[in-house]
Amino acid sequence: MRIYPAKPHTVYCYGTCLVDMFDPEAGLDAIHLLELQGLKVIFIEKQTCCGQPAYSSGYTNEAKRVAASQMALFTEPWPVIVLSGSCGGMMHHHYRRMFQGDNIQSHVEQFCDRVFELTEFLVNVCRIKLEDKGDLTSVVMHTSCAARREMNVHVTATQLLNQLCNVALQEHAYESECCGFGGTFAVRHPAISQAMVEDKTHHLLETKSVALVSADWGCLLNINGALEYQGQSMKGRHLASFLLERIGGK
Amino acid sequence: MSATDPSILAKSAMLSRLRDAKPQAMAKENLRYPVWQDNDKQLQQQRFMAGLSANHAEVICISSLAIADTIEKVLINQQCKHVILGSACDHTACDNVSYACRKGEFYPQILEGTRDINVLVFDTDVDEIKSTLFNDIDAGITHSLAGIADTGTLVLWPDRAEPRTLSLIPPCHIALIKRSAIVSNFAELMAEKAWQQQMPTNIVLISGPSKTADIQQTLAYGAHGPRQLVVILIEDM
Amino acid sequence: MSHSSAGPEHFHAQARSALGDPQLRQNFRGAMDYLQDKRKSAFFDPVEEAQLRDLSAAIRQRCLSKLPQLLEQLEANCTRNGIEVHWAENDKEANDIIASIAQRHNAKSIVKGKSMVSEEIELNHEMAKLGIECLESDMGEYIVQLDGDKPSHIIMPAIHKNKQEVSDTFALHLDDFEPTVDVDELIQTGRSHLRQKFHDADIGLSGVNFAVAETGTLCLVENEGNGRMCTTVPKVHIAITGIEKVVEFLADVPPLFNVLTRSATGQAVTTYFNMISSPRKNGELDGPLEVHLVLLDNGRSQAYQDEEMRKTLQCIRCGACMNHCPVYTRVGGHAYGTVYPGPIGQIISPHIMGLEKTKDLVTASSLCGACGEVCPVRIPIPEMLQRLRTHAKNPPKADIMPLKGQASGASTLESWVMKGFVLAATSPKIYHSATWSLSKLNAFMPNHIGPWTQCRTSPKPADKTLHQLIKIRHKKKSDKP
Repeated sequence: MRIYPAKPHTVYCYGTCLVDMFDPEAGLDAIHLLELQGLKVIFIEKQTCCGQPAYSSGYTNEAKRVAASQMALFTEPWPVIVLSGSCGGMMHHHYRRMFQGDNIQSHVEQFCDRVFELTEFLVNVCRIKLEDKGDLTSVVMHTSCAARREMNVHVTATQLLNQLCNVALQEHAYESECCGFGGTFAVRHPAISQAMVEDKTHHLLETKSVALVSADWGCLLNINGALEYQGQSMKGRHLASFLLERIGGK
Repeated sequence: MSATDPSILAKSAMLSRLRDAKPQAMAKENLRYPVWQDNDKQLQQQRFMAGLSANHAEVICISSLAIADTIEKVLINQQCKHVILGSACDHTACDNVSYACRKGEFYPQILEGTRDINVLVFDTDVDEIKSTLFNDIDAGITHSLAGIADTGTLVLWPDRAEPRTLSLIPPCHIALIKRSAIVSNFAELMAEKAWQQQMPTNIVLISGPSKTADIQQTLAYGAHGPRQLVVILIEDM
Repeated sequence: MSHSSAGPEHFHAQARSALGDPQLRQNFRGAMDYLQDKRKSAFFDPVEEAQLRDLSAAIRQRCLSKLPQLLEQLEANCTRNGIEVHWAENDKEANDIIASIAQRHNAKSIVKGKSMVSEEIELNHEMAKLGIECLESDMGEYIVQLDGDKPSHIIMPAIHKNKQEVSDTFALHLDDFEPTVDVDELIQTGRSHLRQKFHDADIGLSGVNFAVAETGTLCLVENEGNGRMCTTVPKVHIAITGIEKVVEFLADVPPLFNVLTRSATGQAVTTYFNMISSPRKNGELDGPLEVHLVLLDNGRSQAYQDEEMRKTLQCIRCGACMNHCPVYTRVGGHAYGTVYPGPIGQIISPHIMGLEKTKDLVTASSLCGACGEVCPVRIPIPEMLQRLRTHAKNPPKADIMPLKGQASGASTLESWVMKGFVLAATSPKIYHSATWSLSKLNAFMPNHIGPWTQCRTSPKPADKTLHQLIKIRHKKKSDKP
């Protein structure tokens, strides 16, 4: 269990490369949500990617170079809010591991301590109160494995949805099971990944929910691609966009 | 063995590789072992019985006066015609008289309870009775050294008086245990009796009849060991 | 039908064929659901679970930290007790040792309890060459052996078959067997066929779950009683184990036993826990007259070299990682082509077989972390996989003994792609122009991009990146009076 700081005045937003390219609106929505909490949100223009693709493929030295370049951007001691559990896990846990025994280790650890995933920050630091202004609806959520097992933020994402009085959050079978993305795994082992994403979409659809949300664009890239391929109308959105819409912020 | 014995060469190569890795020394951990513990004898007995019953053993609670009758009834219930017993406890053959041989104390009652059926006494080398033991014997009767309440487990400490196969080969195993011999958990039993100072040839913990779930996760009893485990719990407190 | 595979180098083909077998997938999913539920109900208190796993991990780490001393202590105490200890660097040496014991006793048959290490050295195959029959007596192993197959799980070897398929196997290989799907009848068939074998066997062979250095005791965990048969009835008992199974104190055993059975099958305890400290003593009436312990290295000291990879050796072989692995659930144990399948197999096998053969196994994980989450001794399996991926791509550092096949996964194309990635990710200008061009190329995105679009549409970048939208937003704000 981590100890959360008092609410600051200013935070950094780390958009992640996938949100940057595939769902920039979700990035704006997350920033808006944070601003509604009275925070000043700084988006560093030079930010790129956390380096996870290199790290998980075994290119640790390359990943360290990317990590060092990213950490250098966030010079003020403000929290860094990451819009993905998986990138959050990379920056909160794996940066630490990569630089173990390195001469900048303590510096890296200070940075890692400042990294928060969006939903945990909204719940545990901002103590957000959401007022649901939308109509009755049902939603099913997929949580990334890193969000669940590295960051333990499936709890906070669920808490946020549970605050919405007109939203029925549906559970799906094998909820904690991986969707089969795993970055380069989906391309290196396509047949296995396919079996996994087909099971995942099947279980999500089984709930007959109106909406699908996730706080991770990696999984959404995978799940949405499969749903569209299957001709399904269900389409996943970033949790930030869904929340902002429900409270009438859009 | 000579210096060129491959096993000796392998040993020195393996150990030198391990030593070269320069493992960091680590002290004995100071962590608590979260295991069930309760000094209440009543609760211990309940847990012991519940564990064994859940694992398909039959547990019969009796006073020490009823041992012979109970054994007789169990043998009738199980339709046993041939039973194998240990031999009268020969204290001189035991390494650890004060501990191990105490368990022979109900031997007279066992003899009495089996007086009406065919009894084979296990007092010769197993080779001489091996095929009888495998093919003709219906039940084996043993004492238990101790009981573990936490998991519903019998502790057997086989020796000359009660050999290892007595509780293994016959399809039914009848085990006697005194209520006072039940302790909270395995770790406590080991520590209390300082097992590490003198381990016998064999100790076996038994927590039910033999079973397997190797076919489609379906539990089936009597895989290779006894199909039935009957525990006679003797009230001695 | 035999599902056996050619080896880990054919993982892709084997996985594809397993994925295409609906019965196999149904058998595995059913079995994994069952085992996951069992484990979950065995660990009903998360606080207790965490404490027990912390303790178990600490015990294993301490024992490994003293591994060379403990092995010598184990040998000294076993020898004092009358157990003969043998050391084997690899499969060949281990088989030679066992063969020479067998030949010394003129043995024609060995009856075996479950031992994954004996699978590792392909004992049955090697002994058959010498005219010595090895018979598996664990029910699952027995079924697998009748099929001429290999185990697909380290705890439940025949988990890939349902009862109908077991009945088919028996019908094919056993005389006077009436086909049935009654599991009790199937088990009784196995029991009666094996009983005479226990009676007749010259040698019994078993694995070891914990070898206690302090007392020279071999501990075996089982439910069926076949382990007790193998270690009690024949005149000679040979135990074979990997060198990592040694524990320092007898008191280390209860917590590890506790966490093992609950993690493996969700049992609070197994039917039998057998502690063997010597051959038959003078005056005793049964039990083997000789007990041998074979200590096998076979790549373990390799894993030991690297302080991080050493955690691999903490494993107590419960199989919980495979029971919870989404990849194992779908492809089953045989697809891996290794003795140890699933997550633990993916991190052990490179040390046994080298990375060249196993490099596809190392990537066959989405790093979802389900394995690490249930490991009773807290082996961070995903981190180990990541480290092995690094080893597959990079040559070893000068001061460390290289892993066999290290850097064999290096690919020029891939390393150029990575160089490109690093360049883009560390230089905002290049990154921005790359993402900008992707967003402009949106309409021209190909419909088929490699294997991704086998079951998915191709991803469509947004018209503008977040970076661009934020610029526009800032501009709007500053334009306001």
